[in-house]
Amino acid sequence: MSNYSKQKFLSPAELGGFIVLAILLFVVLPLSVDDFRLNLIGKYLSYSFVAMGLVLCWGYGGILSLGQGVFFGIGGYCMAMFLKLEASSVENTAIQSTPGIPDFMDWNQLTELPWFWEPFNSLGLSLIAVILVPGLFAFLIGLAMFKRRVGGVYFAIITQAVAAILTILIVGSQGMTGGINGITDLRTLLGWDIRTDEAKVILYFVCVTFVFICLFLCQFVLRSKLGRLLVAVRDTEERVRFSGYNVDNFKIFIFTFAAMLSAIGGALFTLQVGFMSPSFVGIVPSIEMVIFCAVGGRLSLLGAVYGALAVNFAKTTLSEAIPELWLFALGGMFIAVVSIFPNGLMGLYNTYISAPVNRFYHAAVRFINKDKPVETLSEPLSEPESESTLGAK
Amino acid sequence: MSNKDFVLSVEGLTVSFDGFKAVDDLSFYVEEGEIRVIIGPNGAGKTTVLDLICGRTKSTEGSIKFRGKDLSKMTEHEIVHAGVGRKFQNPSVYEDLTVFENFELSFPRGRSVFGALGFQRDAEVLKAIEETAEMVFLQEHLGMQADLLSHGQKQWLEIGMLLIQQPSLLMLDEPVAGMSVAERKKTAELLLKITKDRSVIVIEHDMNFVADIADRVTVLHQGKVLSEGSMDHVQKDPKVIEVYLGH
Ligand SMILES: Nc1ncnc2c1ncn2[C@@H]1O[C@H](COP(=O)(O)OP(=O)(O)O)[C@@H](O)[C@H]1O
Ligand SMILES: [Mg+2]
Repeated sequence: MSNYSKQKFLSPAELGGFIVLAILLFVVLPLSVDDFRLNLIGKYLSYSFVAMGLVLCWGYGGILSLGQGVFFGIGGYCMAMFLKLEASSVENTAIQSTPGIPDFMDWNQLTELPWFWEPFNSLGLSLIAVILVPGLFAFLIGLAMFKRRVGGVYFAIITQAVAAILTILIVGSQGMTGGINGITDLRTLLGWDIRTDEAKVILYFVCVTFVFICLFLCQFVLRSKLGRLLVAVRDTEERVRFSGYNVDNFKIFIFTFAAMLSAIGGALFTLQVGFMSPSFVGIVPSIEMVIFCAVGGRLSLLGAVYGALAVNFAKTTLSEAIPELWLFALGGMFIAVVSIFPNGLMGLYNTYISAPVNRFYHAAVRFINKDKPVETLSEPLSEPESESTLGAK
Repeated sequence: MSNKDFVLSVEGLTVSFDGFKAVDDLSFYVEEGEIRVIIGPNGAGKTTVLDLICGRTKSTEGSIKFRGKDLSKMTEHEIVHAGVGRKFQNPSVYEDLTVFENFELSFPRGRSVFGALGFQRDAEVLKAIEETAEMVFLQEHLGMQADLLSHGQKQWLEIGMLLIQQPSLLMLDEPVAGMSVAERKKTAELLLKITKDRSVIVIEHDMNFVADIADRVTVLHQGKVLSEGSMDHVQKDPKVIEVYLGH
């Protein structure tokens, strides 16, 4: 069988990239930084889920969403609601005028748990809600927009508006959502105290495990025919319709999928940070999320992880030193990524490290094997993929 | 006239762009297995007619019946599923994908979201792709990225992408435009081969090419049929000579 039809789940180069990342996240970082920093890294990693979703939706599918904070936030809130109810047991809240409901409700003169809080008494239902509520919301937005053939900049602006509206709604209904402060003072998960150093280390490893599960899921999507269809839709949407595909459905799917990934990140964020607030939902955090993806490289799943780590690390460092500078730095990064290195860190890596190393490797193999028959050389080590063949124009 | 002998019946078709009627009360009928060539000066509305049939543009008035189905009420992909394939005037292929992948995406299976996720390159797919590639002279280029192909090869690739869909009505918009003389010859042979078991509508300017392949010719002018019949008939029609062939 000829080469062009062969498909590996991971090319050798990609496999290498996965292994390096696994060693870094599972071994090197836990051994080399203190618990406080490890928890910070876990928090950064929860953003990598959003960035992965953007790689599929934006990098491959060409659908730019400036509202991923919405789904990250809803996922995070679903988790926080469960934890808050557990923290608001009657004993814990005995001093309130209505014991047994979250403290902020009591402060806002609520005397009863709102109906939509009820399911969050159950961990099972809450975990389902973490994925399904944002998924359903994204599905409805996608349905309304893509069936009407709204796309491009218009779609981006609408997602941005959704982010703004949701923030206003959350802040405005303080009694039911905790308002601007968010849902704070989360303590235990089924009795297990999530605030201890030990719990935070365990949660870090849970988070890293989910990072890899989601990376593999995304890789599966990209390797399927749907992955190639996304590229086709991005570059020549109309042609795809005339190949017999209902393009709208594919857009709805990938947008919903990206939203669900973001939501998983949001839930892991809540668990590791111990609260959730509207400051992770609105316009600015949503744009930051796009920058994580762009800096990492919008065509690279691994880049999504590195981008989330790198930008958040820069943010923390800079905010500790000179807080006023962060927004300028963010803007600078955005301009740099758009105009100087459009495929982000992974693009730079592919161009300046991976490709030369590959060339060197092939030259070396040729040199070593120069006496052997030619056939043994015909199988290339790897195709230097995304960067050259799928690069956005 | 009964519709049932015709694979395609276009009746009273009109489309108006802000008051300008690009296609004006147009009627024509294509028989099973016929090769129909549409000619006419630039701006006559030829491309717009194909746009209307394949659902890219919605008509203002009139009906388009394809084997009893009214195409004017269907979406693009439903029209494709019904068996209509269309090649665009400017070659329109997936430039970032390989020739193989272009064919793969065009293969008529796994067209739903979950169908695409579970799609496998099985023996049936590989066989169809290899046969199609050979037919459109691209068997040596399956692994090549489509934007590296020559203009003529892209035209062939797009024709191949249609063939692999097994359409019963094939619509080709200027398939030999921009081709060398040698490529034109090969394309004419290709078209004669692929039109055996299906109906075809071709838009073309090259009169030698038209004479080679056409069963019947429709001449369009300002969105209306100026003349229709055999090549001989339209070439002798004084109206046609005046507006189109005369210069
Ligand atoms: N979407 C559109 N909006 C406005 N005018 C159009 C549109 N499509 C085609 N036209 C006009 O309709 C006329 C017919 O165009 P076309 O069908 O492309 O001609 P042909 O293919 O015969 O050269 C032209 O005058 C063109 O400018
Ligand atoms: Mg035209």
